[in-house]
Amino acid sequence: MLSDLLRSDTFRHGVHPPERKSYTESVRIRRMPFPDEIVLPLRQHAGRPAIPLVRPGERVERADKVGEADGFISVPIHASAAGRVRDVTLWPHPDGSMAESVVIEVDRWSPQLPRPRIVAQWEGLEPEQVVREVQKAGVVGLGGAAFPTHVKLLPPKDTPVHTLIVNGAECEPYLTTDHRTMVEYPERVQFGIRIMMKALGVEKAIIGVEKNKPDAIETLRATLPSDLDVSVLPLTVKYPQGAEKMLIEVVTGREVPTGKLPMHVGVVVQNVGSIACIAEIFETGQPLIERVVTVTGPGVRRPSNLLVPVGTKLRDVLEFCEGLTDDASQIVFGGPMMGSATPDLDTPLIKGTTGVVVLTESEARPRQVHPCIHCGRCLESCPVFLNPSLLGSLAQAGRYGEMEESNLMDCMLCGSCSYVCPSHIPLSQMFALGKNMLRRQKAKENAA
Amino acid sequence: MTAQAILGSVAILGGVGLTFGTLIALANRKLRVWEDPRIESVTDILPGANCGACGFAGCRAFAEAAVEGTVAPAGCTVMGEGELEDVAALLGVDAGEAVKRVARLLCAGGSDVAPKKAIYDGLESCAAAVAVSGGGKACPWGCIGLADCAVSCDFDAIRMTASDLPEVDIDLCTACGDCVDACPLDLFVLMPLDHKLIVQCKNLLDGEAATDLCAVACNACGRCAADAPGVVEMMQGLAVVDYEAIDRAGPEAAARCPTGAIRWVEGAQDLRPELVLSGSVT
Repeated sequence: MLSDLLRSDTFRHGVHPPERKSYTESVRIRRMPFPDEIVLPLRQHAGRPAIPLVRPGERVERADKVGEADGFISVPIHASAAGRVRDVTLWPHPDGSMAESVVIEVDRWSPQLPRPRIVAQWEGLEPEQVVREVQKAGVVGLGGAAFPTHVKLLPPKDTPVHTLIVNGAECEPYLTTDHRTMVEYPERVQFGIRIMMKALGVEKAIIGVEKNKPDAIETLRATLPSDLDVSVLPLTVKYPQGAEKMLIEVVTGREVPTGKLPMHVGVVVQNVGSIACIAEIFETGQPLIERVVTVTGPGVRRPSNLLVPVGTKLRDVLEFCEGLTDDASQIVFGGPMMGSATPDLDTPLIKGTTGVVVLTESEARPRQVHPCIHCGRCLESCPVFLNPSLLGSLAQAGRYGEMEESNLMDCMLCGSCSYVCPSHIPLSQMFALGKNMLRRQKAKENAA
Repeated sequence: MTAQAILGSVAILGGVGLTFGTLIALANRKLRVWEDPRIESVTDILPGANCGACGFAGCRAFAEAAVEGTVAPAGCTVMGEGELEDVAALLGVDAGEAVKRVARLLCAGGSDVAPKKAIYDGLESCAAAVAVSGGGKACPWGCIGLADCAVSCDFDAIRMTASDLPEVDIDLCTACGDCVDACPLDLFVLMPLDHKLIVQCKNLLDGEAATDLCAVACNACGRCAADAPGVVEMMQGLAVVDYEAIDRAGPEAAARCPTGAIRWVEGAQDLRPELVLSGSVT
């Protein structure tokens, strides 16, 4: 077909940061032992925080609900280990603030078995019931944005969806979470795709995987179901290939218009981790209480891919990886392109934590910022065709309204512009600032 | 050129001039909008900064209200004593009494008492630091110290101290509210000078959890609430002053505070507090 001929296997613009995946790409996922204490922030997802259901002193079993979803765009939180609730209090959150969290003292002698439960038989369920099960299990996008998965599974009737895109691109340097999930649990990924396709009522699913994961592509191809139209699409290695809108552009050849959602071009994108998590709900009935996290970087003594109970503290995870090297200087939640540094080892790993990257002094050194020389490299790197140089100078002048007019809201803070800037201007921070200020202004206007 | 042509053109131009002159004269009589000349005079005396501290949309709007008598001249807190008397004399009214309002900082945790837990090396702006993961200070509620407020102040009333806290010069402050808008952590509030009881802290933690982050944090011990019942109340790990009942409060409300988070402020805020740990309090 003509559209197939015109289709390229990558998007326009973007950057090529060093991949640095060799630390962990061939390391098997290890299960991390239960720590002594687990901290579960009630806000681990986009949308409204969960409402706490437990009080200090209460006993909880593994997979018990400790927080209830507050509305449709919210998910419940489950205990990732059995124990006693020590407190419901403010605790350092990965985003740098203090957030209300349930602190659980883990019962060391518990066999950590869940209560007996009924596993939903997915074949017999209506799509709405599947979606309800997914929300009940607290599933969010495991690619980092932590958007509640069930919301994406209920497209309105007037926007038909024809294709499920499974995101296995994992374009962030260092991270190998999705890579290992695809290599080690391919059946689970395929089973998850089967359930999702039924829930969405789509005929076609495409798994997008960057070409730097040949073993994942091979394993997935070997396990493809014969009765469904599922295919694996190898993608050019380029950042940010795994960004939802970039992936859609490559797979369907269509751009998602400004302010619209993927469903408006007839697709739904889900991360492979989320898909595997959904498979787990209908296999064992286990909600989202553990996830695969890559702990990596030159500052970690034993880079690993770990299956970590949600709410495990950074300190415990790093200790399990045999600690930090002497020149470790910065701990980043998420990947180095979009992640944010954290100063507190008591911060818990949450549902949206894809990885922990520990950088050393030579990598994380502060850079001298120089004035913009108008070289235009940021424009050539921006995958959504914004003008980062212009947006940057508007941010510096505090002209946030004009930033919005220059389509700031299309920016997904991928950091490509900051990465290529020869003057080391912290452009993506400026855009985060602009978005923050606009949000504040809107909140103020609504209050007034 | 004939004399006739000259006279003709003079007559035509003169006639046109006369017609329009008459029209203008008529329009002036019919369509005239009378304006109190005092508005102009008062506007001239006002500072002309259009800062908005009075609550009106600029100095001219304030002058109109003053002439109408809906606001006392003292409603403008930016004017000096002399100008205030001039306006009062011009309008023949009492200058009125407006308690001067100033911007107060609800944090006393300078770099000497509130430790940092990380080095922040991004953009030099509090709002930018907040947009990522904070400014490196251990206390996430505390002043970041990158001077967004001082930059926003049109009256040069805010100066950063050696311990990276913004100090308000209460003589220069006009309570225009620019710093209130600039602070991403909402640490500034506008308060009348006679609200002397101020909780200089927004830390919501209790006990040592709070004082671990900052030596002058409110640790929610509740002594102030016990000493000033009905005025100070403990809410969510923080002492909150009910300014409706401020008349009943005295310096004793802050006397037993173990950290100095709640203070009786006469004049300018003391943002470099000596730790006030007295012998009787443990």
